[in-house]
Amino acid sequence: MRSVADFAKNPLVVALVLIVALLFLGNALSPGFASGQQILRLLIVAALLGIVAAGQNLVILGGREGIDLSVGGVVSLSAIVAGNLMNGMDGGIPLAIVGAIATGALFGLFNGLGVTLLRIPPLVMTLGMLGVLQGLLVVVRQGIPSGRAAPALSEFVTKPHLFGLPGIIWLWVAVGLLMALILHRTVFGHRIYAVGSNERAAFMAGVPVRLIRICLFVLSGVFAAIAGLCLLGYSGSSFANVGEQYMLPSIIAVVLGGTPLSGGKGGYTGTMAGAILLVILQSILTTVNIDESGRQMVFGATLLVLMLFYGRGRGLRA
Amino acid sequence: MATNASITVRERNGLGGLLRRFPFLPALVILAVLLVLNGIFEPNSLSFRSLTGLIRTYMALMLLAVAQTYVVYAADIDLSVGAIASLVNVTIVVLMQHLGGSGFSVMAALGVGVLVGLACGLVNGIVVAALRLQAIVATFATSIFFTGLALTILPVAGTPAPAVFWRTYGGSILGIPFVFYGVGVLAVLLYLLARTRLATQLLAVGDGQQAAFQSGLPVAAIRIGGYVLCGVFAALAAFCITGDTASGDPLVGTKMTLFSVAAVVLGGSALSGGFGTVAGSVIAALIIGLINSLVFFAGTPSHWQNFVQGLAILAALMVGILVSRRGRT
Repeated sequence: MRSVADFAKNPLVVALVLIVALLFLGNALSPGFASGQQILRLLIVAALLGIVAAGQNLVILGGREGIDLSVGGVVSLSAIVAGNLMNGMDGGIPLAIVGAIATGALFGLFNGLGVTLLRIPPLVMTLGMLGVLQGLLVVVRQGIPSGRAAPALSEFVTKPHLFGLPGIIWLWVAVGLLMALILHRTVFGHRIYAVGSNERAAFMAGVPVRLIRICLFVLSGVFAAIAGLCLLGYSGSSFANVGEQYMLPSIIAVVLGGTPLSGGKGGYTGTMAGAILLVILQSILTTVNIDESGRQMVFGATLLVLMLFYGRGRGLRA
Repeated sequence: MATNASITVRERNGLGGLLRRFPFLPALVILAVLLVLNGIFEPNSLSFRSLTGLIRTYMALMLLAVAQTYVVYAADIDLSVGAIASLVNVTIVVLMQHLGGSGFSVMAALGVGVLVGLACGLVNGIVVAALRLQAIVATFATSIFFTGLALTILPVAGTPAPAVFWRTYGGSILGIPFVFYGVGVLAVLLYLLARTRLATQLLAVGDGQQAAFQSGLPVAAIRIGGYVLCGVFAALAAFCITGDTASGDPLVGTKMTLFSVAAVVLGGSALSGGFGTVAGSVIAALIIGLINSLVFFAGTPSHWQNFVQGLAILAALMVGILVSRRGRT
């Protein structure tokens, strides 16, 4: 049993094994599930979730109940902002990128300021911000037509490029490398872990705790905005509340990736695997011929079983 | 006894001491201000009839907020309360229809509804406290499961509840609207529950799990108890939803989950556990209702209403937290 326990302790290994197992299962249930084309399609969907989860991961790593419930709203809003700025024209792309990222950074900044200066718990702050964002989405939807993606953006996201992989997958790989670089090779990254595992000690050691935490929320907003841009390219046009589907799944991807919600440990590689795992699971459930109700029950139950592998808290006797 | 330490009232003067004894004071002040503002913008909104309507509509949120409060006492959270309410809603509506819609069938369905809520709470409690999964993600997973169950029972919204049910909920007995009896019973129930051992133990666990464990409290059982209580109150909330909407809808409660969390915080309870009151959560649920009606009465253009509501709730949350912190530190 000991070897099993050790094995189960590495979330990345577990996630990768489960991914391969699910691919085989999917292929057995519906031949062609694990074909190159299908896997590519799955990876595109996973990349969208994974990029949102990158920001979520940073906020959670920063500890003190760090969590960002507003990411879904930011994804939707930045997609609409970008869609209107480019309005179907390639020339508008640079401005749209700036606009979307500024939108995400702004709301991230609000969250960060509320959490640090006013010391509002992140769950409450970002929940309140989600309400504001949802209201703003209604306003925007009424006032201006939903924008369209520029052809170049859609092509970047969906069409194959280098080695036959679409741009969004390269972007996700870049995000993965960037996250690894930030978390493990920079002072900022080390400080994130320091703040996340023991805020007081970090503060005593001269780490600018508040500034770090504000940066984490801003980055979360920025990653959500990037995902919003990609989502716009993926679906062609922006429609309200497209981002809602990312709020809690982004947290689940982080947890399945081995970063506990208490913060201070974990990393992004696991989260990437977690995102892929979630997307494959959902995809299998859509290929299997059961109705929506059964699908949801199986999905919920499977998530619970997956969490049993990792993400369990410490016992009180330990 | 260690459990008493968490609720001992420190002798302190001024605002801090007052807030420590009555954590719901900021919420009460906000409620009063909102009532006055509502009265200024639309004098009619303070009429007996309007207030009855407000309570009728927000009774469900009050009960969901109470449900959420008990798990928050123990520093847990339940993101499935809305899904539980939906499940109970469709369960009782479908049962009432099958049993013929008589008075007896309504009572039988309500009994089953409470049991369903209790069972859902038990599942959550076992998953979070016994299996030690993280509450936020685990209850999100169970909420997906419960929603699936609700969709199995009633795939699409629309089955009507029997007239005897919603006529009673929306009607009056001896000239007093039914919901006021509901509020009265709720007040007594909450008063009694606040005096139970479980309520105190939940607060003790929330104050410090390790300390509670080391002083001999059965921590896992207590947390499960909190979730069961939460499930039962979510079922009661479902009864109110059913009375208000007079129909079954497998997704009716989904949007209410996050509002229930907001109400708990607004009511002065700490999400970190160990501190709070259910009275505050009930008041806060009314605050959310009054914010919504105020935004309407103040003549906000229709598509700006959600945004203004969102801003007002965020502002109320901030004010509530900033003020109530003075009672704790």
